[in-house]
Amino acid sequence: MTQSGRAWKYGDNVNTDVIFPGKYTYTLRERDEIAAHALEDLDPTFVANVQPGDVIVAGINWGCGSSREQAATCLVYNGVGAVIAESISRIFYRNALNNGLLAIVCPEAARAIQPGDKVAIDLAASEIRFSAGTFRFPPFSPSIMGIVDAGGLVPYVQCKLAAQATAYGDGVR
Amino acid sequence: MSASIPQTFAQKALARAAGLPSVEIGQVVDARPDVVLSHDNTAAIRQIWRQFGQEKVVIPERMAVTMDHAVPAPTTRHAQNHAEIRRFAQEQGIRNLFEVGRGICHQVLSEEALVLPGWTILGSDSHTPHFGWLGAFGAGIGRSETATLWATGELWLRVPESMRIELTGDLPAGVTAKDFALRIIGDLGADGGLYRSVEFHGAGIQALSLASRMVLPNMMAEFGAKNAYIAPDDATVDYLLAGLHRRLEREGATEFCANGQCISLTGDPVTVDEELRALIRAGALFPDEGAPYAETHCYHAADLEPYVACPHTVDQVVPVSQLSGVQVQQAFLGTCTNGRLEDLAAAADVVRGRKIASGTRFLVIPASSLVLQDALRAGYIETLLEAGAVLGTPGCGPCMGNHMGIPAPGEVTISSANRNFRGRMGTPDAEIYLASPAVVAASAVCGVIAGPGDL
Ligand code: SF4
Repeated sequence: MTQSGRAWKYGDNVNTDVIFPGKYTYTLRERDEIAAHALEDLDPTFVANVQPGDVIVAGINWGCGSSREQAATCLVYNGVGAVIAESISRIFYRNALNNGLLAIVCPEAARAIQPGDKVAIDLAASEIRFSAGTFRFPPFSPSIMGIVDAGGLVPYVQCKLAAQATAYGDGVR
Repeated sequence: MSASIPQTFAQKALARAAGLPSVEIGQVVDARPDVVLSHDNTAAIRQIWRQFGQEKVVIPERMAVTMDHAVPAPTTRHAQNHAEIRRFAQEQGIRNLFEVGRGICHQVLSEEALVLPGWTILGSDSHTPHFGWLGAFGAGIGRSETATLWATGELWLRVPESMRIELTGDLPAGVTAKDFALRIIGDLGADGGLYRSVEFHGAGIQALSLASRMVLPNMMAEFGAKNAYIAPDDATVDYLLAGLHRRLEREGATEFCANGQCISLTGDPVTVDEELRALIRAGALFPDEGAPYAETHCYHAADLEPYVACPHTVDQVVPVSQLSGVQVQQAFLGTCTNGRLEDLAAAADVVRGRKIASGTRFLVIPASSLVLQDALRAGYIETLLEAGAVLGTPGCGPCMGNHMGIPAPGEVTISSANRNFRGRMGTPDAEIYLASPAVVAASAVCGVIAGPGDL
């Protein structure tokens, strides 16, 4: 699976409050509402200009702070395909993969990619390719790939529960 | 792996949670947490969970739900959110539902002894590492993961590498666990503990009050840590025993079952006490001597001083003595980090007989209803109010910008909270400084950032 898009580049320690402000977390539930506030306090030009498949590129500790899953889903709902960073906070990392958003830790690529670069991600080869070169990242484990392939944790678990129901023949567990 | 190879706390806790004899660092396990925490986000998690098509969650008895992040409801939408949560708890038979005003999730679950030493708690709240104060494995997770736990009771976790932080000696007067936490994050960076299990060791840690111990694992969320750990001791067990008694009495329970045993509560009170104490102790987990640590950092308490984290990241840490003339429009004392009785006591000590500076407002929000009652009895609330402080309902207050103390653009807040990200308190144009309760109170009195020594 290869996907590609343009790079949006940001700095170090970008936190969840600027990715998706806390004041919205208990009131906004709809996709469009959540998408509309993505990166609101970091980059007000983002929502109007992001294109499906675009990639976020960042420095260390991307997504630190809150556990709010909208920090990942607000990007997914805007069509973002991946986050490539020097390092990624652990809850954001999980939230991203659990929503089918690739979270890739690759310090070399994160440093080299420039804003607007066209970036291609080849999951099968675990490679990031762009004009300045090709960078390898550690492949995802089979369990994480299972979740990513299913399109996220919820569809993954739906499948698992359905399989169990068939196996035990008792419907809902 | 043979049992004789020394193991970290995280290895032991996750082996227990996964039902395995032992686990290796880096291993991915299916963990079955003892407790799953959610709060005002419960209704949104329910929306995700409904996609699994279940009538009933599979772990109602392991769930704990608090309404704390926007309480009392500031808008109709927030009120609808709470109403949905109440309906859900009712229909699912979730007994551990804590109403508006009971307090902040981490404080309430600690007071209710819902988490015991050695247990694993996963929470859809990033400060779930908090429960390391009592020797539990606490980690934050997302909403889809919480919904998955409700539906299946288990979740994949990777066994993290561990970092050891040692503290020797007693903290000097006026220096607190908050200052120690800020110093660590200032020294090593907001990503210094990224993905690590942070273990606190040393006589300096065991010398801390329980309320002070709670600050350290709580703040490790700002260090990037997955979880944190402090070894439980007799004081920990006493605290949990008192909380357990209070809860079991309220529930009218005649029996308490945990850690694979059941204790009848109807016998001789002294014997029951002993049995409960033994049961709590039996679950405790301690890292082995010689366990593998990726890093070790040592601090001497005598070298620490009061610190302040400056806008807009928690690792912009400087000694309070180096900040001069920073005017504050708002001082905020509260949150799961520093809203406990000893924090209110420290603030009351500072403001006693003094007045809050004109042009500055001082907002005090106890972390729980029990803290509020204790502080009332001790006279701290009266002292704070006499000085000109404003009292809010126990809960998160303005910590994450929901309501009750939102700064205006251009204003400066000094806060006892854990996070000073741009926009955290509602507007990206306000500045947030973080400090200990004593520094927050002294700043409220001075109108500029100040240490208690400056009064
Ligand atoms: S007090 Fe603040 S940090 Fe603590 S749980 Fe509430 S919002 Fe989160």
